[in-house]
Amino acid sequence: MILDSKIPEGPLAEKWDKHKFDVKLVNPANKRKYDIIVVGTGLAGASAAATFGELGYNVKAFCFQDSPRRAHSIAAQGGINAAKNYQNDGDSVFRLFYDTIKGGDYRAREANVYRLAQVSVNIIDQCVAQGVPFARDYGGLLANRSFGGAQVSRTFYARGQTGQQLLLGAYSALNRQIAYGKVKMYPRTEMLDLVMVDGKARGIVVRNLITGKIESHSAHAVVLATGGYGNVFFLSTNAMGSNATAAWRAYKKGALFANPCYTQIHPTCIPVSGGYQSKLTLMSESLRNDGRVWVPKTKEIAERLRKGEITVNDIAEADRDYYLERKYPAFGNLVPRDVASRNAKLVCDEGRGVGSSGLAVYLDFADAIKRDGQAAIAAKYGNLFEMYAKITDENPYERPMRIYPAVHYTMGGLWVDYNLMTSIPGLYAAGEANFSDHGANRLGASALMQGLADGYFVLPYTIGDYLAKMPYDKVPVDHPAFLEAEKNVVDINNKLLSINGNRTVDEFHKALGAIMWEYCGMARNAEGLQFAKQEIRKLRDEFWRDVKVVGVNEELNITLEKANRVADFLELGELMVEDALHRNESCGGHFREEYQTPENEALRDDENFAYVAAWEFTGVGNDPVLHKEDLKFENVKLTQRSYK
Amino acid sequence: MDLTLKVWRQKDKNSPGQMVTYPIKGISPDMSFLEMLDVLNEDILLRGEDPIAFDHDCREGICGMCSLFINGRPHGPERGTTTCQLHMRHFKDGETITIEPWRAAAFPVHKDLVVDRSAFDRIQQAGGYVSVNTGGVPDANAIPISKSIADKAFDAATCIQCGACVAACKNASAMLFVSAKVSQLSLLPQGQAERKTRVENMVAQMDIEGFGACTNTGACAAECPVGISLENINMLRREFIAAKATSENL
Ligand SMILES: Cc1cc2nc3c(=O)[nH]c(=O)nc-3n(C[C@H](O)[C@H](O)[C@H](O)COP(=O)(O)OP(=O)(O)OC[C@H]3O[C@@H](n4cnc5c(N)ncnc54)[C@H](O)[C@@H]3O)c2cc1C
Ligand code: SF4
Ligand code: FES
Repeated sequence: MILDSKIPEGPLAEKWDKHKFDVKLVNPANKRKYDIIVVGTGLAGASAAATFGELGYNVKAFCFQDSPRRAHSIAAQGGINAAKNYQNDGDSVFRLFYDTIKGGDYRAREANVYRLAQVSVNIIDQCVAQGVPFARDYGGLLANRSFGGAQVSRTFYARGQTGQQLLLGAYSALNRQIAYGKVKMYPRTEMLDLVMVDGKARGIVVRNLITGKIESHSAHAVVLATGGYGNVFFLSTNAMGSNATAAWRAYKKGALFANPCYTQIHPTCIPVSGGYQSKLTLMSESLRNDGRVWVPKTKEIAERLRKGEITVNDIAEADRDYYLERKYPAFGNLVPRDVASRNAKLVCDEGRGVGSSGLAVYLDFADAIKRDGQAAIAAKYGNLFEMYAKITDENPYERPMRIYPAVHYTMGGLWVDYNLMTSIPGLYAAGEANFSDHGANRLGASALMQGLADGYFVLPYTIGDYLAKMPYDKVPVDHPAFLEAEKNVVDINNKLLSINGNRTVDEFHKALGAIMWEYCGMARNAEGLQFAKQEIRKLRDEFWRDVKVVGVNEELNITLEKANRVADFLELGELMVEDALHRNESCGGHFREEYQTPENEALRDDENFAYVAAWEFTGVGNDPVLHKEDLKFENVKLTQRSYK
Repeated sequence: MDLTLKVWRQKDKNSPGQMVTYPIKGISPDMSFLEMLDVLNEDILLRGEDPIAFDHDCREGICGMCSLFINGRPHGPERGTTTCQLHMRHFKDGETITIEPWRAAAFPVHKDLVVDRSAFDRIQQAGGYVSVNTGGVPDANAIPISKSIADKAFDAATCIQCGACVAACKNASAMLFVSAKVSQLSLLPQGQAERKTRVENMVAQMDIEGFGACTNTGACAAECPVGISLENINMLRREFIAAKATSENL
């Protein structure tokens, strides 16, 4: 298989415009002859489905929640980047492009990232026109703040609920198309297989989560906007239902999966409190604008603190180590996420962590409150402070927050070309579900940007190029390919329901998560990864022998839903380990302990690893085949990332 | 903590339901309410019985999916809190807790504690949007909005579409929910062109869905987890009367 990224010729800044001119168009009267399936209605899926509907295509959209407005995108707090340069502080499309490439540790495609930076400005215009209430200054114009990995203020935000407000904008556009009859919405419906006819994606098989009915849907093209796979770790900041099933089953039908080992560990989350914990809560990175990160200078002080002999407010200024400010004077508390996370782990490994478990560092607002007053801080972060207080029962206005890194985002995903098409013709992937744009590490406030860029401004152009070459004929859902896929789905469900073992789905999920966090988390090494691979295989065998799923398919069956998802995580986890093991370098979110600089920074190997690793499925338990897409850097110089 | 839970169990939409009692031991006060139910569900499952179905997703108080009626109150005893953000430290050791689904004719029960809130989506589809297509819109800063208007619109826009207002209301009225969207878009310059048709269409859909009339008891706002205020209902009323007086709906 040859990986053709289909990057257009020409200078970087002209590629997208030129491409838009070169792609084939579907004439307006013919658009209604084409059907498009969009799986997922988060920012990427809702924006794509709405825009396809506006253009005149017939759209069917699917999500597993009871309403498209509840997709995981709703939970994004901090903001969305755009190169508007409204603050006149030197921002530009090129600077956003440059920051994103550098932040991704030079493992992303230049052409994609440049396009992302270009359309970022249109996103803000679009959202404002929809009535999205971004923060404003007293003059009535839009306000900005800064985020990790950038020295300009380019992040647009809506209090601490940017994701909710952006998604409500996309949801409203989607609703308008549903009302016009251009989009048919299927909530509480989960995609369980992809259907291919003559080598092309032509439909999906779904399960109605209320009745259990297995159903097929046929179309001329399929878009997967099904989000990320961070829940492979069990504990993450993702919503409970976030899963990899749609993408994974497409992988098993031949779509390549790229860079699965690139996961982002977010530095500022509320630490784990007990074994019953079901998810981790993020404290938005925007807090690092005003909060100062520190731990006690010595192990001894930290120990006394953990034992409760002293309290945090007893620690003198001179005994505090503001380690990010000390080590990275230029960026200080605003270093990129991977750097901030790794440093938190480092100081905790040194025994200087705080909290009862010793797995936490402080995020302190005392100086900011002294400088700006409590009211100003409350206006900026009020709801985050409340959330923290609710969960921990501590008042962050009076004592510093305790934070620790947690799994947050997955940069890897289905491999796509410049048109966002996967290696299966007619199958597209958008938003967090694809691997594009963020390289080995995503900058804060760039996921919302990418999801909306893909959905509003990229796919609507590129999908037309494919459809224009497709005949109008529809494949009936009683075509053998559909019947076979339905049978596959029914067989998996029956198998899960028949095992009747002794361990719950959650037990397996937690066990998998523990392996992944320990050996394929913030730091990895070859020995640990080898071990993890064996452990995952063992766990997977046990799952298929000993899992307990009750009830029947023909009902709302929460255990069966989870079992399907965990079954796929058990396979995906192995691929992540495989990918981490083969990449003998450190880059961004992938930190291999064997490859680091004397200052404990990630040590890349551009000579040998400046490529996208795209994996091909060859059967469960078989080693997947690696395909490499070499990354060419013509507009930025590869340097050792430095935030000093 | 040791607790006794009385939980509504119902097989599906067409079956009758009943309260079932479950004793549960060793609950940590730091657990969230839903984590407590997770623990119970693991027990139930290991006994080979059907776990209790309840809706949830983000567990951060923002997606609006969780929806339990706890001890007679939507989202439980804590003000300004969704069920997923409610912690067990707000209950007493030995307490009996009753857990029911949202009850309203317009929210039929799917199973156990899971209800069908698609009526809310249909109300939004009736007009909860600004009619702009992707592309071809003015620069974002070409529409300045005074901070006070922007803040007011924002307050209304924070509705998480959970349905607690309906569950709290003895008439099962959806006025608070509908008023939140109507206020947001009526306040903003972007919403002006469709201001009148929007309120008429959304209210008409609300009536079609079978929600009850609003008799100003204020129970909705008292239980709303994000503090949507009754002012929005007043605004909805004014908007509705003004729109009807010079209706543009043909
Ligand atoms: C707590 C938190 C805070 C964040 N804050 C920020 C931030 O401030 N800025 C930023 O840029 N990014 C942020 N992110 C990241 C960002 O929110 C996500 O990457 C982004 O929203 C993903 O959008 P999406 O459209 O790709 O997928 P999602 O929003 O995850 O949507 C996935 C959709 O797919 C559907 N789906 C999944 N599987 C199936 C299936 N098998 N069948 C049918 N439907 C399916 C779901 O129902 C859902 O509709 C944050 C993430 C988290 C966890
Ligand atoms: S108004 Fe409040 S209670 Fe009603 S749906 Fe919105 S958030 Fe929930
Ligand atoms: S689970 Fe999302 S608001 Fe409660």
